[in-house]
Amino acid sequence: MTVFTGGPLLLGVRHHGPGSARAVRAALQAAAPRVVLIEGPPEADALIPLAADKEMRPPVALLAHVVDEPGRSAFWPLAEFSPEWVAIRWALESGVPARFIDLPATHTLAWGKDVLDQEDEPGDAPPAGPGRPVEAAVRIDPLAVLAETAGYDDPERWWEDVVEHRSVAGGDPFAPFTVLEEAMEALREAYGVGGHDRDLVREAYMRLQVRAAEREFGDGVAVVCGAWHVPALRQRTAVGADRALLKGLPKAKADLTWVPWTYRRLSRVSGYGAGIDSPGWYGHLFGAQDRPVERWMTKVARLLRDEDRMISSAHVIEAVRLADTLAAMRGRPLPGLTETTDAVRAVMCEGSDVPLALVRDRLVVGDVMGEVPESAPAVPLQRDLARLQRRLRLKPDALEREWELDLRKETDAERSRLLHRLRLLGVQWGEPTVSRGSTGTFRETWRLRWEPELSVRVAEAGVWGTTVLAAATARAEADAVAAHALADVTALAERCLLAELPDALPVVMRVLADRAALDADVGHLAQALPALVRSLRYGDVRGTDTRALTDVAAGLAERIFVGLPPGCAALDTEAAEEMRRHVDAVHGAVALLGETAAASAADASSLSGTAPDAHRTPSSTGIRGRWHAVLRVLAGRDTVPGVIRGRAVRLLLDEGELAQDEAARLMGLVLSPGTAPGDAAAWIEGFVGGGSGGGMLLVHDERLLGLVDAWLTGVPAEAFTDVLPLLRRTFSAYEAGVRRTLGELVRRGRGARGSTAVATSGIPGFAPDLDPERADAVLPVLRLLLGLHESDIDDDQVGDDNDLVGVAR
Amino acid sequence: MSVSVEPTSVHTPAGGRAGATADEPGAALQPHAEDAFAAELAALAAQDDRPRPARWRLSPWAVATYLLGGTLPDGTVITPKYVGPRRIVEVAVTTLATDRALLLLGVPGTAKTWVSEHLAAAVSGDSTLLVQGTAGTPEEAIRYGWNYAQLLAHGPSRDALVPSPVMRAMAEGMTARVEELTRIPADVQDTLITILSEKTLPIPELGQEVQAVRGFNLIATANDRDRGVNELSSALRRRFNTVVLPLPESADAEVDIVSRRVDQIGRSLDLPAVPEGIDEIRRVVTVFRELRDGVTADGRTKLKSPSGTLSTAEAISVVTGGLALAAHFGDGVLRASDVAAGILGAVVRDPAADRVIWQEYLEAVVRERDGWKDFYRACREVSA
Repeated sequence: MTVFTGGPLLLGVRHHGPGSARAVRAALQAAAPRVVLIEGPPEADALIPLAADKEMRPPVALLAHVVDEPGRSAFWPLAEFSPEWVAIRWALESGVPARFIDLPATHTLAWGKDVLDQEDEPGDAPPAGPGRPVEAAVRIDPLAVLAETAGYDDPERWWEDVVEHRSVAGGDPFAPFTVLEEAMEALREAYGVGGHDRDLVREAYMRLQVRAAEREFGDGVAVVCGAWHVPALRQRTAVGADRALLKGLPKAKADLTWVPWTYRRLSRVSGYGAGIDSPGWYGHLFGAQDRPVERWMTKVARLLRDEDRMISSAHVIEAVRLADTLAAMRGRPLPGLTETTDAVRAVMCEGSDVPLALVRDRLVVGDVMGEVPESAPAVPLQRDLARLQRRLRLKPDALEREWELDLRKETDAERSRLLHRLRLLGVQWGEPTVSRGSTGTFRETWRLRWEPELSVRVAEAGVWGTTVLAAATARAEADAVAAHALADVTALAERCLLAELPDALPVVMRVLADRAALDADVGHLAQALPALVRSLRYGDVRGTDTRALTDVAAGLAERIFVGLPPGCAALDTEAAEEMRRHVDAVHGAVALLGETAAASAADASSLSGTAPDAHRTPSSTGIRGRWHAVLRVLAGRDTVPGVIRGRAVRLLLDEGELAQDEAARLMGLVLSPGTAPGDAAAWIEGFVGGGSGGGMLLVHDERLLGLVDAWLTGVPAEAFTDVLPLLRRTFSAYEAGVRRTLGELVRRGRGARGSTAVATSGIPGFAPDLDPERADAVLPVLRLLLGLHESDIDDDQVGDDNDLVGVAR
Repeated sequence: MSVSVEPTSVHTPAGGRAGATADEPGAALQPHAEDAFAAELAALAAQDDRPRPARWRLSPWAVATYLLGGTLPDGTVITPKYVGPRRIVEVAVTTLATDRALLLLGVPGTAKTWVSEHLAAAVSGDSTLLVQGTAGTPEEAIRYGWNYAQLLAHGPSRDALVPSPVMRAMAEGMTARVEELTRIPADVQDTLITILSEKTLPIPELGQEVQAVRGFNLIATANDRDRGVNELSSALRRRFNTVVLPLPESADAEVDIVSRRVDQIGRSLDLPAVPEGIDEIRRVVTVFRELRDGVTADGRTKLKSPSGTLSTAEAISVVTGGLALAAHFGDGVLRASDVAAGILGAVVRDPAADRVIWQEYLEAVVRERDGWKDFYRACREVSA
């Protein structure tokens, strides 16, 4: 065959380029080589036949990881439109052997020791990094140079116009590769290896492999590799020199398997991106038999229709016309993604980017998820989990079992973390239950039960990462970004702290800050604050750095302070009651938060806020100080429901921010006849209601009790029935003792209340004066004890009485 | 039967531009685009060797260059008419080239009218075929009216017919413009449906029709904040390709636009030039941008956006107002207190919700910002 006369057939491609993929298929068909060599880890040769499996559906990825360290891994994602995948499938269909010829993963993974994160050094594991090592591995982007020479400002577009959108039908199937090779040769002459020395080693290895294949198969060797490598493979170098380059490479024991992949993860936006923006678009270009733009527009129209947007065929027609004309105007051979997107925006989306985001998400990126047959080797996440289970002696058991974990012990703490992380991953192996007996924060009770489908869950969770920790982190981050409600995010923050995912926390917190900033409802903010402050304290217990969290919490509190006064206006009874709970919750949270930032809270006393916003004066930056000012505003504003006003006064009183006299004055104001009885009753409920010890307050401060009493007796008969339920609710919550004392105090009447001094100095629950009748009842026993006879003391009975009683007192 | 309107009638409408501007260009307060930039258009036409659609004065490529600016091979500099994404102009021009009607959407002050005028000037060399949309725009403004004296004297005939700008554009193969399309009552809007889909305008009174000549097209502008006024029927909407004109992308670009416009307006109002004001302008633009985008300039803090549009045009009016204050009541230097009240008025449109947003913004962002103390105080003063 003539194509092989100049040595092996070298097919330089762009990884994940649909045009390249088509060209590769056409070229292979035309050349019919006897062996296909593909850029990829040779350890995966044994896995190649799996690609023909019925259950194998791209996108999938070859995953290589160090045997005992699943965290060190590299991916070679392959989509349906990847030239490598096309080559593999062609080989399998034609019964031709296919082999991977890149540097073994053993070495690349060992290299990776210093750079674990592929995103930092994408050239490490070639196709796993950005799709075109050509572009990514080279400091001076040669593609950009080529594109600039051709007058393009975007190298991506240049490649698409020149390579991907060229149809191979009719023409010479090898022509594109020849041209590309020439261009790359010129580039490599100008830029050498482009600043990436490892390429030299990889290319040396590939050359050796190509030579070995040539020895074995003679002519008829086809190589599919990144276009950048083609000139290097064409080069004839001494075998010895290549061997020397490969000497002394580090080694790590590597394990390979196929894992399912998704379009989303192929795209640049997500973690292990393959560096392509639009896998869905590429998949379409590769899959569509003809008229790709028309078919694409129809797809878009269908998607928008499913989302209840009215899109007619006329829209599709106009969109296609616009895209074609745009391409002509921009001088492109065919409408690319930019043109189709512009056309969709102008024609179908009425210029709006909102529906366009949907198109981008569902079609341009796409939701396609790959599948891997069960016969593929196990996912590393499963192995990591098995390892952890062994180490922590937590056997998966189908029988339900309860575990008490003492978080002070290292093993138990690790178990707890594992279970929390698994829960984040959707593997509901353990369920936390309420601890029996102890309520200490260092104790956790879990109910464990392993069900068979959990294995499936673990396999599914494999897409998130290779270790439980990494997977849980990735998942938590993704969840945070996807969460809608503020409370969900705060809950997630709490779970991150429980599961100890320090790396996920910044993301969660950023999302939290964003959501908190956008949530307009004071109620939501107030709901979120306590959980947040709680997380802060967990963080303290577990030694996590929570400074950022503190900032968010402080910001949240700030926003509540601003929003609360307007938010409390014009509420109905139920909403007012709910808001009162919010006020209580915020009060508690602010107290905790104030402790955390104790230093700044110290000057709370300097607060003198009377105007709604005077608490902003620089002298009172303390968060508690500002909260007190907010409470004052609430207490003094007439539009705020009585129950909240009462509550605010009470909280201020408890904090010592309000003198008793002032409280009494405010109460007097509210309870004066001018106020509607219902409002006044609500105020009382807010002030002394619930389990907040309000009863004791009334017992202690007779003035307040007197005010309530006077008001109550003054309530008109018809209004009384209205306020009765409220009052009943208020007072029935008191303890029996307090209620009785109050009753007695009231029964004793107004007159006895002359000396508040006595009242306040007396023992709570006891009246200041004696009940002579009941005191007399002890006399017979006393007499008996003292051996006195009734007649002996007959004369001065009264005086004795008093003396004895005086002793008792 | 199809008839074309007499070409002579086109350029002699009552008080037409031909007499007013061509003879004495200095007299017009604001000359038409095709007159003001006649030299640039001529240079473009001379250099333009690309294919032109029927009756276009320039090729689509040259129209795009006219709007976006550039340098021609012979060294003629084309000033940019529109500062914004290239994509927008390209889509707009391409739309016109595919004889689809173009709808320019955007909040007030995003240069919709400006772009439409220049597009019409570059494509047809005439930007005056204009229908101004109002709540009272009658059907005659879009179709045709009658000269009643003629009608009574001679009965219905083409002579008694008063063509609308749209009708003239159809007959001539020109570009017609409709301003504020969404303000036009719905039934009148729908008159456009036949024109845009059939490209004919029937005259049942005469048993005739006017068929659009190749080259006819229509550019409409609409404010997407008040969609509710008279939202387009879906039938009509379908006839348009929509391009949304965005607010300026970078703060610097916006500061530039604002200060340049303020300078122009200030001159015509005889306000003293205030070079020291640039800091205040930057601040106003920053406040507007941050509130509009819902995120602070450093991208760290998210904010809520108030209900107002906070467009560049509003920023311009706040600064102009501030300048007037400074010139007439202050010491002549634009200070924070001069713009504070204007900003408050622009931001707080809904007294309840917007006020909370504004106060949050003041407390959370402005208070902490270095060098903004005076601004914070001024805003607190007017907000209290």
